[in-house]
Amino acid sequence: MSRRTTGLAVEAEGLKRSFGETRALDGLDLRVPAGTVYGVLGPNGAGKTTAVRVLATLLRPDGGRARVFGHDVVTDADAVRARVSLTGQYASVDEDLTGTENLVLLGRLLGLDKVAARRRAEALLTAFGLTEAAGRQVKKYSGGMRRRVDIAASILSTPDLLFLDEPTTGLDPRSRNQVWEIVRAVVAHGTTVLLTTQYLDEADQLAGRIAVVDHGRVIAEGTPGELKSSVGSGTVHLRLRDPGRRPEAERLLHATLGVPVQLEPDPVVLTARVGGDGTDLEASEQAARALGELSRAGIVVDDFSLGQPSLDEVFLALTDHPAETDGTERDAHLEAAR
Amino acid sequence: MTDTTTTTGRAPAVYVPSAEALATVLAPGARPPRPSPLSASLTFGWRALLKIKHVPEQLFDVTAFPIIMVLMFTYLFGGALADSPRDYLQFFLPGIMVSSVVMITMYTGVGLNADIEKGVFDRIRTLPVWRPAALVGMIFGDLLRYVLAATVMLAVGLVLGFRPDGGPLGVLAGIGLLVVFSFAFSWVWTFFGLVLRSEKSVMGVSMMVLFPLTFLSNVFVDPATMPGWLQAFVKANPVTHLVSAVRAAMAGTTDMSAISWMLVWSAVFVGVFGTLTMYRYNRR
Repeated sequence: MSRRTTGLAVEAEGLKRSFGETRALDGLDLRVPAGTVYGVLGPNGAGKTTAVRVLATLLRPDGGRARVFGHDVVTDADAVRARVSLTGQYASVDEDLTGTENLVLLGRLLGLDKVAARRRAEALLTAFGLTEAAGRQVKKYSGGMRRRVDIAASILSTPDLLFLDEPTTGLDPRSRNQVWEIVRAVVAHGTTVLLTTQYLDEADQLAGRIAVVDHGRVIAEGTPGELKSSVGSGTVHLRLRDPGRRPEAERLLHATLGVPVQLEPDPVVLTARVGGDGTDLEASEQAARALGELSRAGIVVDDFSLGQPSLDEVFLALTDHPAETDGTERDAHLEAAR
Repeated sequence: MTDTTTTTGRAPAVYVPSAEALATVLAPGARPPRPSPLSASLTFGWRALLKIKHVPEQLFDVTAFPIIMVLMFTYLFGGALADSPRDYLQFFLPGIMVSSVVMITMYTGVGLNADIEKGVFDRIRTLPVWRPAALVGMIFGDLLRYVLAATVMLAVGLVLGFRPDGGPLGVLAGIGLLVVFSFAFSWVWTFFGLVLRSEKSVMGVSMMVLFPLTFLSNVFVDPATMPGWLQAFVKANPVTHLVSAVRAAMAGTTDMSAISWMLVWSAVFVGVFGTLTMYRYNRR
């Protein structure tokens, strides 16, 4: 029996699910190739969690159909459950129990005998750097440790498909990096990962393909490069010392970059999208050129940054409405040039 | 609840995920066979025991509450309804034992309602195990609580002068009948625990069902003096049959009719509410 399936891990067509008046899923289509990390990107309330819950057999869709490795999530739920694991947005382990107890419990439920379950729990806790915390209740863990024990629980049976629902929301940068490393290792061993996130850079770092979800449907799909190039690869953010020179700076930037320049509500701030073809190199070159022009004209810049387009900007570009979340992700912040 | 990385008081060694270490746990081994329904249920029962171990305060309602019930009613009614509290106790103890344990069953629903709101139930519901196992296991854990409550009350009763004619075997048989019924009756609460929105509403509904069920029975007094319509209710009440059966067992006799009625009711509770519970559980 081959455990690793090629082809599609998830195939969803027109999924619908409402909660009262709210349409959480409104005709969602998804095709997740096996053996990859697939990112589902969207703001809070976009339907990401509902989609994961339907695919993990926790919720029945009102309409449409979905198959996981060819098994229908409604009519063949048991076969789906045998191949997937879920790490939910909130700890999907029992917080009253210790790390070891949680993993032994799951091991037993997955059919391991007592000795094997204990051995597996120990191995997992070691690999996830939780040996010391093994005997403590999970509610006493830090956010990062909690995530780790949660993911450890999810790979206890090395699933073919792992759902990670916003695995790094609320984590500090170091814990976030640890989770990313773990995700990379998991997918390298043949498990397909479906990951939801609010952060474009997370999807960018991990996912081979991304679906952007809004109001319960996919509004864009593609590789991270394709998505970013559709909105420009970066945003230049400038703060001038003298508000009086902003119109001049705007003209200059427009002439240098050849893109529309946005005048922000703050009277000394301007922003512009750069690097329309998706390569960061060009974005930074364009930004450097723009800075040079301003300095030649004697316009003093107090603060300068070049960042990836935020989720807000991706949304704005894709939907003409801003995402209802604060997605200001500027990861290349350069304190700059006077 | 949002604690940071400094829970140990000292700086923990920074965890650096290592590809090799992860590789050893990610290598897919042969998948073990699915556990049997009983084994899965017992594992969930073990979970309930672990929770008791970590949160022993939850045993308060099966220790302090039953003691209060015995003391309160024995001395409240004893002198008035019988010659003395001690005489009343011979009649009353099996009854109050039944009514306290039946009241305690409602915590199954309250506990389930709280549990299911937590993320861990999402994981449990995505496991490829026999579907009712999580709930059956939870009730297995509760059975231990029922036995504990019954034992505590028996002990208090013995101290106060309860002398059952049935001896240890009769008492054991009585508690056994009580546990069988409580297991069945718990399914009423798992259903409400799944259907109702909050712990509070589960509690409210439970009280509304439990008060008439336990008080309008033969627990406190012989129903012979009640008006006809009330007697009709008391006679149909499953708690009445249970009390008669337990009372007889503890007195060293066997009330076959009461036992049969009690078992019929138990089967109905499991059949109807067990089915409804699983329907809800799968549809959430």
